[in-house]
Amino acid sequence: MAEVATQTPRYIEAINAALSSEMAADDRVVLLGVDVAAGGGVYGVTRGLYDEFGPRRVIDTPIAEAGVLGAAVGAAMAGLRPVAEIMYMDFLTVCLDPIVNQAAKLRYMTGGGVSVPIVFRTQTGAGRSAGAQHSQSLEGILAHVPGLHVYCPSDARDAHDLLIEAIRLDTPVCFIENRRLYGKRSDEWDRTPLPAGQARVVRSGEDVTVVTWGRMVLETLQALDQVGDEVSAELIDLRTLVPLDVETLIASVQRTGRCLIVHEAVTRYGPGAELLARIAEAALFDLDGPIRRFGALPTPIPYSPELEAAAMPGVAGIAQAVREVAKG
Amino acid sequence: MAQRSWSAAGAAAADDEVLVARFEVMARIRAFEVRVGRCFRDGHIHGFVHTSIGQEAVAAGACAALGPEDLITTTHRGHGHCLAKGADPEAMMAELFGRETGTCHGRGGSMHLAQADLGILGANGIVGAGIPIAVGAGLATMAAGEGAIAVAFFGEGAVHCGAFHEGLVLAVAWQAPVVFVCENNGYAEFTASAGRWGGPDPVQRAASYGLEAWPVDGSDVVAAEHAMRSAADQARAGGGPAFLEMRTHRLGGHYEGDAQPYRDEEELERWRAEHDPLAQLLALLDGRGCGERARSAVEAADAEMDAAVEKALAAPFPDPGGVLEFIGG
Repeated sequence: MAEVATQTPRYIEAINAALSSEMAADDRVVLLGVDVAAGGGVYGVTRGLYDEFGPRRVIDTPIAEAGVLGAAVGAAMAGLRPVAEIMYMDFLTVCLDPIVNQAAKLRYMTGGGVSVPIVFRTQTGAGRSAGAQHSQSLEGILAHVPGLHVYCPSDARDAHDLLIEAIRLDTPVCFIENRRLYGKRSDEWDRTPLPAGQARVVRSGEDVTVVTWGRMVLETLQALDQVGDEVSAELIDLRTLVPLDVETLIASVQRTGRCLIVHEAVTRYGPGAELLARIAEAALFDLDGPIRRFGALPTPIPYSPELEAAAMPGVAGIAQAVREVAKG
Repeated sequence: MAQRSWSAAGAAAADDEVLVARFEVMARIRAFEVRVGRCFRDGHIHGFVHTSIGQEAVAAGACAALGPEDLITTTHRGHGHCLAKGADPEAMMAELFGRETGTCHGRGGSMHLAQADLGILGANGIVGAGIPIAVGAGLATMAAGEGAIAVAFFGEGAVHCGAFHEGLVLAVAWQAPVVFVCENNGYAEFTASAGRWGGPDPVQRAASYGLEAWPVDGSDVVAAEHAMRSAADQARAGGGPAFLEMRTHRLGGHYEGDAQPYRDEEELERWRAEHDPLAQLLALLDGRGCGERARSAVEAADAEMDAAVEKALAAPFPDPGGVLEFIGG
C-alpha cells in the first residue's frame, strides 16, 4: 500500500532499526535484558532481533538486574559493546552500583586503562496509571554522576540517531526512552541528524524560552498551540542532558529575557534546578523576570488517573505557565 | 554436585622446581605487602589500604594456572592477585602513593588497581561487585571463542550479598567460562565468619546454584593451583563455571592501622605460628634441601620491592590540571 510505504517510522521502529543496523555493522554489539530475546521486549522494542541475530547476540537474562548490569560492565571491559535494557526506569534503583560505582567510574579509576562502552537502555512515561514504581523519571540522578552520558530523545529521528551515537561511544550512556512516544511518527524524519550535546530549536520565538526534553516536547508544542499568538515562545529540546548544550540555551534566554523549564521529573531537586542555576550564573542580568520550573509535584506518581494528572505537568498547565512567565 | 578434596594434590606431592617457583611469587607478594604496611605508617599511602598477608598461596597458586589472556577481577584486598597475574610492583606502589606513574595514573589507588593489558580488570571497593563483572568478562571471552576464561576473586564476606547470588545464577544460565574463587580468610572485615551467620557454607551455597563447587586448602599453593587448573580446564572446554572456596587465614587487620579490638590476641598469634603459608612452604623446602634457594628468593623479593618503593617515592604526583582527564562523560 503506497500510503503505508510513505509513512515515516514510529519511535519504537526507529529504535529497533538503530539496534539492528548497529548489530549488523559490529559483531561486538550485544543486547542483554529481561525478555529482550524471543519475547521481543515488554513493549516490543527488540522484536525480530532475536530471529535476526540469534541467542548469542540477543541475550535473555534472569530477573537479576544488578547482576546483569554488572555482567554488562565486565563484558564491555572485555571487548563487547553491550546494550543492556532496564525494563522500567524505576528499576534503575535496584541496580545502581554497576551504573554509578562501576560503569561511570572505571575509566577514571583506571586512569584510562579500560573503557566501558555500554548503553543502558531504559524507558519511563507517566500518565497511564502504571503506579509509583513504574512511572518515575530519574534522569536527574543519572546526570548528576560524572562519567555517565544521558540521552532523552523526544522523537523518532533523535531516538534513531542518538542510539546509534550511544552505541558507538566508548563511554557509558543512559538512553532514556518514553513509552508514550513509542507509537509516534516523527513529523521531521527528513531532518538532518544532530549529534549529542546539541540542542534543537523546535520553534523560534521572541518572548519566552521554553526548554524541555523527552515527551514534554510534544506536550509543550500543544501548549504553545493553545497559547497561540498571545506569546511568542521559543521551544528548545535539549535532547541530551549530558553533554548539555548550555550555549544554545543561554543565547536564547539572553534574547528572550524569560525562561520556563518543563520536565516530567519531580521539580524538587530535579534537573531543572541545574538548568536554572546554569542560566542564572551566565545570564542573570539579561533576565526580565524570574525563571520558572514546571515539573511533577513532589509525590510518588499516583495510580488513580485523576491524581496522576494532578501530579504531572500537562498541556493546560504548561500553557498557563508560559503565559505567566511571559508576564512575570 | 561433586565435592573433591585437593589435599592429595598438594605441595607435598609437587616437584622442587614448581615449589620454588611458587614460593618466589609468594615471597614477592609478602615483601610487597610488608612494605605497604610500612609505607602506610610512614604516611606515603593515603586513604585506606588492605594487605593480604597470610593469603599469598591463593594468589600465587590460582594465577599460576592462568595465562595472560585470562581475565581477573579482585577486591579491596587485591595486591597479591595483581602481582601474581603479572602487574609491575613499581607501578602498583606508585599507584598506592598516588603518583602519575601508577597503574592508574593516581586516579585509582589500592582499591582500584587495574591493568587491562595483563587481564587485570581491576580491584574493586564494593564488596561483591567484581563477581558479575567477571561473569560478563566470561561472556565476552566466550563470544571471542579463544578459550580464555574469567576469574572472580572475592572474600567469604561477599557470599551474602546479592551480586554473588546473581553472578552465580547468570554464570550458570549462560554456562560462562568463569571460576569463582572465594578466598575465605576467616574474617569479613571485623567479624569472624565461622558459624557466624547460619545457613550453608559457601561451597554448599554455590553448589545449590548448579555449578561444581569444591573446598580447597588455600594455604597450600600447589593445592590452589591444581584446583584452579582443574576448574579452568573445565571452563575452557565449555564445561561452564566452577566455584572454589580457598580456605586461608588473614594474618593482619582488615586494613592497615586496624587495632583489631574484635579479635583475640592469642588467636592471631596462633594463626601466625600455625597458618603462615610462606613458613609452611619454607619448612617443606628446607626438608628437601631447597632452603637456600627459597631464602635467596626472599632476598631477591625484598630487594625488588625496596627498589619499587624507592622509585615510586621519586615519581611525580599527577598534575592537578589533569583532574578532569579520563572521565569520558
